[in-house]
Amino acid sequence: MTIKEIQDSIVEEFSMFDDWMDRYAMLIEMGKECPIIDPQYRNDNYLINGCQSRVWLHAEKRDGKIYFTADSDAVITKGIINLLIKVFSGQTPADILAADMSFLDEIGLKEHLSPTRSNGLLSMVKQMMLYAEVMNN
Amino acid sequence: MSLNHFDINEIRKQFPVLDQQVYGKQLVYFDNAATTQKPLCVIERERDYYLHENCNIHRGVHYLSQMATEAYENARKTVAQFINARQAQEIVFTRGTTESLNLLATSLGQLLFSDENKTSNFKLQASNSPKVVVSAMEHHSNMVPWQQMLDRINNSDRINKINKMNNLLVIRMDKNGVLDLNHYEELLKQRPKIVSIAHISNTLGTVNPIKEMIAMAHKYDIPVVIDGAQSMAHQVIDVQDLDCDFYVFSGHKMYAPMGIGGLYGKMEWLEKMPPYQFGGEMVDKVSFEKTTFNKVPFKFEAGTPNVGAALGLETAVKFIQSFDRQEVEAYEDELLRYATEKLSTIEGIRFIGQAPKRNGLISFVIDGIHPYDLGTIIDKMGVAVRTGHHCAEPVMTFFDIPGTVRASFAMYNTKEEIDIFVKAVNKAATMLR
Repeated sequence: MTIKEIQDSIVEEFSMFDDWMDRYAMLIEMGKECPIIDPQYRNDNYLINGCQSRVWLHAEKRDGKIYFTADSDAVITKGIINLLIKVFSGQTPADILAADMSFLDEIGLKEHLSPTRSNGLLSMVKQMMLYAEVMNN
Repeated sequence: MSLNHFDINEIRKQFPVLDQQVYGKQLVYFDNAATTQKPLCVIERERDYYLHENCNIHRGVHYLSQMATEAYENARKTVAQFINARQAQEIVFTRGTTESLNLLATSLGQLLFSDENKTSNFKLQASNSPKVVVSAMEHHSNMVPWQQMLDRINNSDRINKINKMNNLLVIRMDKNGVLDLNHYEELLKQRPKIVSIAHISNTLGTVNPIKEMIAMAHKYDIPVVIDGAQSMAHQVIDVQDLDCDFYVFSGHKMYAPMGIGGLYGKMEWLEKMPPYQFGGEMVDKVSFEKTTFNKVPFKFEAGTPNVGAALGLETAVKFIQSFDRQEVEAYEDELLRYATEKLSTIEGIRFIGQAPKRNGLISFVIDGIHPYDLGTIIDKMGVAVRTGHHCAEPVMTFFDIPGTVRASFAMYNTKEEIDIFVKAVNKAATMLR
């Protein structure tokens, strides 16, 4: 699936719920399904700055595509990073760099997160873009 | 003055902010240790000041200025009486606890450590290098100013720099959050120049035995600063009975507006201490060659003070005094007992801070659940608590946790709210497990 198709399916999934509690329940489920980072990378070098809870992100390139793994000590945070992983993992660096991120506004995630968490979300996106930039050759 | 009967419904009517819905749910406000809500009388007092009385003080010859000056100085008297200071001049208005502590670290630090600075490096032995005692449960405001002040002194001293001396002496606590007074006594024997400790811990709720601790320090002629940020709204404070040298507090944690707080200091100390900031009302005579300073407390109040907030603080003090303090304390203690009992039934809960004497707040973690996640979910159910390290990171390190969930109470909270809170925590825990 393309990034756009994945984003559309996430928007559709989110729109099935009216209540933000249900959407949080979905994020929590996503957190539990997050592809977990290899313990050797669960250290300060892979920590994303700007998140109130700790979140580690690792990326590797296979056959021209980037695959992300992550972990966090907070499950909602883990759900948010997994949401981004679903969108970006298995995509080429060029596609990731070209991605339109307005789906985050469509699902209303940004305004429903606390300002600190919202900043954390932006830091995660930025970190993934940085990996894509470095691996884009 | 006859006291108001403690009627919770009448009290809640005084706090309009409580009567609102968030995310379609009735707000339950349990973040009172961060800041309390303000009663109507306080809001109206500050509003009235700007509607009818606003003026710069201590300088105008005109009517409004004189009235505002008188009102401001009356507010000082009211605060002084509230904590039983000997005289109104022993109260310095500041922006709050943090500013008061920074003032002390700078000004008292300068007074007590300047001699050491002048001593030659050869004479300066480890035993008489400047030291300050704090406790393991301090929030950053009662730790960082002292630490930075000591760093400045030590960096200017060659021997201390080489030895990398850590001159912040920290009183140990046990796993319940109770200070080790034997360790405190040992630290006092190292001849620190200042002791600065919290009356009530903002993270653990521990009520420290400050009267005893002050007396212990005084045996060694060491002045004691008490951080009263968490106690003013909840306990009767008598600075003469405590015999503390300084007592600092924030208005906004005791139903008063933000931007106002105080520093009580014994007059003999305040007179000796150099000014902290310069300009405005704090001067006596000024020329380009030399400036002499105004008397206490004005020499510590540089610039235009927050007069409106000071009047709001005075009204907040009168609001607190309008109740039987014992009755309010008993009511708040019962809230704490009830919340502890109800939360205890939650699987995997661990209370952080189990001192026998606690006040005003309850801090906890639940096994396998990040406090931040829990706070996020119960927020959506209308419950406002604080999660995180509560500006006391060393305390979190001690308990080896990323943070806690903290519920803190004020006189307007109810058992019904605690029921909603506990139900929300239970639901969130089920979701997050």
